[in-house]
Amino acid sequence: MSDTSANTEETGAAEKEVDTIDKFAELPDAPPKKGIKLSWVGKVSVAIVAAWVVVAFIGPWIAPFHEAEFIVDDSYVPSGGCPEMLEELFDLDEWTPDAITQYCTESDTILFLGSDYLGRDTFSRIIWGARTTIGISFVATLFAYFVGITLGIGAAVSGGWIDMVLSRFNESILSLPSIMLGLIAVAALGSTIPILIITAALIYATSVFRIARALGQDIMVQDFVEAAHARGEGLWWIITREVLPNAAMPLLTDFGLRLVFVILFISSLSFLGLGVQPPMADWGSMVRENMQGLGYGSYASIWPAVAIGTLTISINLIVDDISAKSGGSLAKKMV
Amino acid sequence: MALLEVDNLKIQAMKDDGTPVPIVKGVSFEIKAGEVVALIGESGSGKTTISLASLAYTKPGLEFSGGEVRLHGEDLLTMDPLKQRDMRGQRVAYLAQSAAATFNPAITIGEQVTESAVLHGILSQEEATKRAEELYVALELPDPDRLGGRYPHQVSGGQLQRLMAAMALVGKPDLLVLDEPTTALDVTTQIEVLKAFKKVIREQGSAAIYVTHDLAVVAQVADHIVVLYSGEVQEQGPVDQIINHPTHDYTRRLMAAVRPTPTAGMGDDTEHGHGRSEAAIAARGITAGYGGIVDGEPAVTILRDINVEVERGDVVGVIGESGCGKSTLARVMAGLLPSARGEIVLGGKTLAPALKDRDRDELRKVQFVFQMADTALNPRQYIGDILGRPVEFYLGLTGQEKRKRVAELLDMVELPIAFAERFPMELSGGQKQRINLARALAGNPEVLLCDEVTSALDSIVGANVIKLLTALRNKTGVSFVFISHDLSTVGSFADKIVVLYAGRVVEQGPTDQVLSPPYHPYTRLLITSVPELRIGWLEDTMQTREAAAGIARGVEITAVGCPFFNRCPIAIPGTCQLEVPPVRLHGDGHQIACHHTLDEVEESEAGPQQILHGYEKPIMDDDAAKKP
Repeated sequence: MSDTSANTEETGAAEKEVDTIDKFAELPDAPPKKGIKLSWVGKVSVAIVAAWVVVAFIGPWIAPFHEAEFIVDDSYVPSGGCPEMLEELFDLDEWTPDAITQYCTESDTILFLGSDYLGRDTFSRIIWGARTTIGISFVATLFAYFVGITLGIGAAVSGGWIDMVLSRFNESILSLPSIMLGLIAVAALGSTIPILIITAALIYATSVFRIARALGQDIMVQDFVEAAHARGEGLWWIITREVLPNAAMPLLTDFGLRLVFVILFISSLSFLGLGVQPPMADWGSMVRENMQGLGYGSYASIWPAVAIGTLTISINLIVDDISAKSGGSLAKKMV
Repeated sequence: MALLEVDNLKIQAMKDDGTPVPIVKGVSFEIKAGEVVALIGESGSGKTTISLASLAYTKPGLEFSGGEVRLHGEDLLTMDPLKQRDMRGQRVAYLAQSAAATFNPAITIGEQVTESAVLHGILSQEEATKRAEELYVALELPDPDRLGGRYPHQVSGGQLQRLMAAMALVGKPDLLVLDEPTTALDVTTQIEVLKAFKKVIREQGSAAIYVTHDLAVVAQVADHIVVLYSGEVQEQGPVDQIINHPTHDYTRRLMAAVRPTPTAGMGDDTEHGHGRSEAAIAARGITAGYGGIVDGEPAVTILRDINVEVERGDVVGVIGESGCGKSTLARVMAGLLPSARGEIVLGGKTLAPALKDRDRDELRKVQFVFQMADTALNPRQYIGDILGRPVEFYLGLTGQEKRKRVAELLDMVELPIAFAERFPMELSGGQKQRINLARALAGNPEVLLCDEVTSALDSIVGANVIKLLTALRNKTGVSFVFISHDLSTVGSFADKIVVLYAGRVVEQGPTDQVLSPPYHPYTRLLITSVPELRIGWLEDTMQTREAAAGIARGVEITAVGCPFFNRCPIAIPGTCQLEVPPVRLHGDGHQIACHHTLDEVEESEAGPQQILHGYEKPIMDDDAAKKP
């Protein structure tokens, strides 16, 4: 940072010199570009997302229990419950807040968020699940971006029949409902994690392709690209130095949104029972597993839903904040 | 009492950290009924911001921070929002700069012109349509009965600009705000629009705010002038006083930047001592256009049989109205658009038509300078990298040597070396154009193709760029092809002028000879259309037969005959539209393509100013009207 401030001082001095020569010097078109400053909503969102990322990395070491470990014999133990309480009280109606304080304050195995339908610790499973859900989604989104950008920019730059074939093929995939397509792929190929990642990646690569191609086409007709053409630059230079840097900001903003879609997609698949398989914890499948608990007043399916919500909404808010600060035109291309 | 009083108006923007930045710093002026007040200044002077304030509107990010804007004594800024809405478009109407961007292409003209009056409930649809037709007549628009049923793409740019005035005037506003309404137009179209505006404002009795940076235009239409710089009034007074006796420094500078009338001898007389033997670059029999090429004929022909030579160290100016093919010529020379027929010769060697077949050294020698520096510089690259790449690419310099050359280039275009560490966005328009030039010069080229490099710049900034070009030419000995629609800029800078019309060369030769009689009738029309900084010029010009015959006619690109036929005051019916005119030589390299002998042309110019032959063609561009 100190480097840049030194530079601005230098150029400031140079500008003063110009000023003295020309009393009515022209004004720059735009003020010097500053780093993006987030609003307080954006800052809170960054904190939430960062917390989840940290949890995804160190989850297994900080979680009180293993994701597959059966802690208690009863399902849907309320938040703060402990095995000691269950030894004394057998009936659901007896698990009152008073009983929890009575039996569990001393206990060394407290279930902060209660137990799930098999008596596993919901809190530990959410922490373990962060790794699975965020990890799979992130890898799948990265992969979708790699495929989508390569083909999309390639189609925009080469044009002609290559563009035609790629675009029509892309549109035909895009016209199929993504969940249906995912169900078919997983049903046919089995629901292992690599298959899940590849399915999600290919499905979401289609929308990345469209954005990358549209951005690429916009940039390809700019004068500076034509100037590079006129200079005699090759295709590789034009793509990597002229097109990609100008597409990076809108694509990065879109990456956040796409990640959200993939998280929801993986969660939906898991919710339908075709995603991540038991006993691995995954937020989507946790919601499904514990749905029946809602009838008994258990929050076991609410907590993972809250986890999905906090992560996806926060990413969305960050994206909104960035695109609002970096000009509306980028945000419009996102859709 | 004045119709509109702007009293100590202050407008500010908010920075990210909440500190206010003043944009308009206490501006006061007033407009009486039926009066035209011009706000004049360069970009960033706040003239558009102030004009929008008369509608109690600011662009997003700006806010009113003080003062009053009173219409009939009532403050607009503190008015109830609902009343503000009623006031806009009804009592105050706004005309944006670009008519093409204002009209919705999918709705008929009539519907769009009458929309605001009907929406505000001032007139019923029938009354509004009737009033619109009266306005079409007042604005001298062709075919007023049926014009309302047409779509925007079926009329010309000048007509669209006048239709915008009709749109604003339908609701009989008290005040009209015109934001640079003629800036984007060709000189011949500008006259037509100015004349119509002036007439209709006088007839309708509404007052107007006329925003522009062009003092010569202001002299024609305004009663009162307010000179602005950086959000402050520098000088204001009646048009006669400002134009003839300016007192403020800045006004004088604006006056100095007004283009002089193109006349012989206006160019600089420096002899460059170049041997007039070999051409640096030459176009021989070039035919070019867009679409597939069949038998040397493109699907859409833009240029037809062009022969132009650029001698070493010379500046050749290419002029013509928009759409005449002048940019296409430069693109063909650069290889960006391969020609269908003919060849480009560089220093005695024929170049491949397409860019990809030329070798790196050939590419280095011919450099293209793009019109818009805003889009020609990659916004994500530092200036140092933008200039460094061609240095590395063409000259093979790296590291310290490359940096040295970049510094040299920045120095050559008179910018501080520290600019290498800036992004294009942190530069002003003129500075960006300098970088654009420096990039083209990086590889020591032999020919620079400059495509309208000053057109997008303010007059003072543009004049400085021309000064720089002259200095560069003298220093480096590079040849220029300088493309512009502005005859006076070309005249002050070029050694030789090529006049293009509808894709053909109608006249070319040394600057002094092209700008003195005998003229091709089209060159004469262009010369007489350049606004002069003189009150009453517009009225005088409209009396000439060139104006009567040649303004506001459609341009047709034809394969046979003289393309200028339908706008020419001395056209010979039966000959001119059928046969390609012969090229007549006059002195040293001066060529005029005309069926008349040069004596006849000169005689007709000296003769009485009347239309010798009235070629009656409907003003509406028929071809355009036929389009689906």
